[in-house]
Amino acid sequence: MARPSDESDATKGSGSTCGPAPERLGRPLPGGLPGYPDTDLKRSTLITGNLLLHLHPVKVRRHALKFGYTFCLGGTAFLLSLVLTVTGVILMFYYHPSVPKAYYDMEDLEFIVNFGLLLRNLHRWSAHGMVAVVFLHMCRVFYTGAYKPPRELNWVVGAALLGLTLMLSFTGYLLPWDQLAFWAITVGTNIAKAVPLVGPQLRFLLLGGNLVGPNALLRFYVLHCVVLPLTLGALMALHFWKVRKDGGLSGPL
Amino acid sequence: MNSPSPEAPKPSLTRRLFLGFNLTGIGALFAGTFVQTVRYLKPNVLFEPEPVFKAGAPDKYFEGTVTFLAKRSVFLVRDAKGFRALSAICTHLGCTVKPTPGGFDCPCHGSKFDPQGEVQSGPAPKPLACFEIRLTDSGELLVDTTRIVGKDFVLKV
Repeated sequence: MARPSDESDATKGSGSTCGPAPERLGRPLPGGLPGYPDTDLKRSTLITGNLLLHLHPVKVRRHALKFGYTFCLGGTAFLLSLVLTVTGVILMFYYHPSVPKAYYDMEDLEFIVNFGLLLRNLHRWSAHGMVAVVFLHMCRVFYTGAYKPPRELNWVVGAALLGLTLMLSFTGYLLPWDQLAFWAITVGTNIAKAVPLVGPQLRFLLLGGNLVGPNALLRFYVLHCVVLPLTLGALMALHFWKVRKDGGLSGPL
Repeated sequence: MNSPSPEAPKPSLTRRLFLGFNLTGIGALFAGTFVQTVRYLKPNVLFEPEPVFKAGAPDKYFEGTVTFLAKRSVFLVRDAKGFRALSAICTHLGCTVKPTPGGFDCPCHGSKFDPQGEVQSGPAPKPLACFEIRLTDSGELLVDTTRIVGKDFVLKV
């Protein structure tokens, strides 16, 4: 493991310098343990060839491990999205997206279902947290200049992920079907109406009508539980793949 | 194998053209599917309150009263001049306004309207809509929310 205080270690360890000279790849490394791969190439193919191990990069640059560089914001956003997926799926076992039932299902989760209060609030607070963390992650990327070439595409994908996070937050807002939900979506879809040219049609399609009613509840449920999470998952996969392809985390300024 | 010599006549359908046709076709297919999907998502029948509705006999409403028809989000205002139908939907972002002694207040972002529906303060950009109101053959009030009329419009009874 990299110890930022001990620079002399960097020359001895396998993965602590960034980009080793190609001639080093085939040569045995000093200090190898018996039974462990003895060259950089063998070590990296061991990692990339294993489904679980490849989730972690073969090499991590020393500065990338410093908490103060990333504040773990991207990883926290990913962790929260996992929490939201798991708790969201669990909440779906009790929730009916219909006008007579939605509010009472939410109340049952709060007061009757075992651990319902915990799971609903985990979902709720994680959702609030994800919006905040994704924003902060964007700020971090901006302030460290990590949007610069070759990472422009990933900045755009990240902006789309922010948009999807906000849309997931907005669609989830309606599902408790209480006064706050009803008026928030009334106001929110009226804001959507301000889109040039297609605004009114966009609102009509979003609500499946002219007012927030049963169609709107069902549409927001489908968007919240299927369409948006799948899109988010696909774009997250692209985002993480591009991080690796662009050479890991950006360097310090 | 059969690379054309410079003097050979150009084939009428080159590979580039053929693939171009294919791509155009596939593009059209996708565009068409998108358009039809949007059409699918547009409901043909809505189970919403009718935009044109009867509001009962005029003598149900006393002079100098403002009656809120909650299902329709409409205020029926009767004063000395006659009847007016005022929309209860705030022109800012669509919340339902509440009648107060001084007119109408919106609970969402604090817009205030006078009894005529004119904006007094707050973010509302326009006065409350005034709907056409007329009498049916049987003498009932009929409010038509699809027709917006000027604030001078009054139904004399």
